[in-house]
Amino acid sequence: MWRGTYAPPTALMSRSINATIDALWRMEAPKIIGALARLVRDVGLAEELAQDALVAALQQWPEEGIPAKPAAWLMMTAKRRAIDRFRRDRMMREKNREVARELDAREDVSTAMIEAHLDDDIGDERLALIFAACHPELGREARAALTLRLLGGLTPPEIARAFLASETTIQQRIVRAKKTLRDADVQFEVPHGKGRNERLAAVLEVVYLIFNEGYSATSGSDWMRPQLCGEAQRLGRILAELMPEETEVLGLLSLMELQASRLGARVDAEGNPILLGDQNRARWDRLLIRRGLAALDRASAISKGPGGPYQVQAAIAACHARAAAPEDTDWLKIAALYAALMQQTPSPVIELNRAVAISMALGPEHGLAIVDDLVEEPALKSYHLLPAVRGDLLEKLGRMPEAAAEFERAADLAANDREKQMLRERARAARGMLN
Amino acid sequence: MRFMVIVKATPESEAAGAMPSNEMLLAMGKYNEELVKAGVMLDGAGLHPSSAGARVEFDGGNISVIDGPFTETKELVAGFWMWECKSLEEAIEWAKRCPAEPNDPSSHLEIRRVFENEEFEQGTGIDQHEKVAEMLAERKASH
Repeated sequence: MWRGTYAPPTALMSRSINATIDALWRMEAPKIIGALARLVRDVGLAEELAQDALVAALQQWPEEGIPAKPAAWLMMTAKRRAIDRFRRDRMMREKNREVARELDAREDVSTAMIEAHLDDDIGDERLALIFAACHPELGREARAALTLRLLGGLTPPEIARAFLASETTIQQRIVRAKKTLRDADVQFEVPHGKGRNERLAAVLEVVYLIFNEGYSATSGSDWMRPQLCGEAQRLGRILAELMPEETEVLGLLSLMELQASRLGARVDAEGNPILLGDQNRARWDRLLIRRGLAALDRASAISKGPGGPYQVQAAIAACHARAAAPEDTDWLKIAALYAALMQQTPSPVIELNRAVAISMALGPEHGLAIVDDLVEEPALKSYHLLPAVRGDLLEKLGRMPEAAAEFERAADLAANDREKQMLRERARAARGMLN
Repeated sequence: MRFMVIVKATPESEAAGAMPSNEMLLAMGKYNEELVKAGVMLDGAGLHPSSAGARVEFDGGNISVIDGPFTETKELVAGFWMWECKSLEEAIEWAKRCPAEPNDPSSHLEIRRVFENEEFEQGTGIDQHEKVAEMLAERKASH
């Protein structure tokens, strides 16, 4: 067994060794799993082998102290486990020739090859790992769970709490996802050429899904959910460094940093949501805004145009971030960006947002004209924000009875109790203005 | 959680016109790259020696200004990073990987957790802070 030199245990007496092992594991797991997956060509098996290394660390380090180079120790131990596994497999195969034929597919992964790579510099396989975890063969939820497991080092109970699902559900989701990758014989690689954009879109979709899962959580809920924002931002930051030329990666990173900058300002002390225009902008996180704007600048320098959907959404978020006060917001620019977004990913919800921007820039009557065209839109039939926005514009135009009716309709459609209540109050207020 | 990792001064970093060796720059650059690629590093900067700085001291109501350099080298700050880590333990593990000047026995890092806004009790004190931050933001935006 390979052993490094050990730090004197006394230096670590005051800290919990398990907390340190946990931190090291989260730092190193993606690299170790990635390197192993490259060798054994099976993400699921790679994760199991890496887990074995973690178990070995949990057994040995509390007794012997933490090795001087813990990352190298974990990697070496995991590779040793891989060799043991293949030796065992080969013995099995020799015992049973019939099974051997089934295993032939993996024949080329010989122990010799692994041994040859044992002392290699740890290459960065995290990118290939992300692409594997976010493979389109998998459903969105499965991709998210597997990504958090393999790249974020989160445990199944943590993922379960984050997604408000049971631990069993998440366990099964991960096991099934790994099996699907194995059965589909998914190549462990960074896709290039045709299909790359599609694969990248699948990755970015999952990262943003993880972010939104955390962003939509209210302040009163479990701390694990808001932490998802942090996980997604970290993934975005890593991706932006591993693929510095991809404008949509930078766009998504910018979007997440800018949205996260408002996390501390968007709910009041009672947990009620505060709308963007009413937020205390002094509570916006200036460091995240700066980082978000920088990522957007990097994307714009490459794309030399509005860029893809994430970059455009980031540009919209940037318009808000740059405005020191709500009245400083460049609504015309926002309206133009929504128009660009409409062309890329047409959706009535985007058109509704454009209507709001137009009303802010040019006046409520201009916004209302766009909203009126959306009233017949089947996709928005049960979307409460359509009557809510329409009511708001009518109210601004002094058409109170119509406004009150729209707020009532919006309240009926809203799923959130607090929102329902707020909309009913607005309806009452609009009716009150009549008297 | 966010950590400020403070690089404490050394006789070398405090020396007038002190610049790190090429070797050190290279090692530090690699280290920073690793931090960035791990999504950990948010920000960072190095500071000129204290000889280029000054101190404003409040002794009751008496305010005095003292020009650098300052003598208690080990307590001085030579630079900082802002890191986003999941735990203090993670920050410690990253800090342990920082390259150190081999002939500099006194160099050390200090890891401090950054207060989040939510940690403060709501009240007029914090309102005032937010008002000032808002004024600052407005001033910046008007440029």
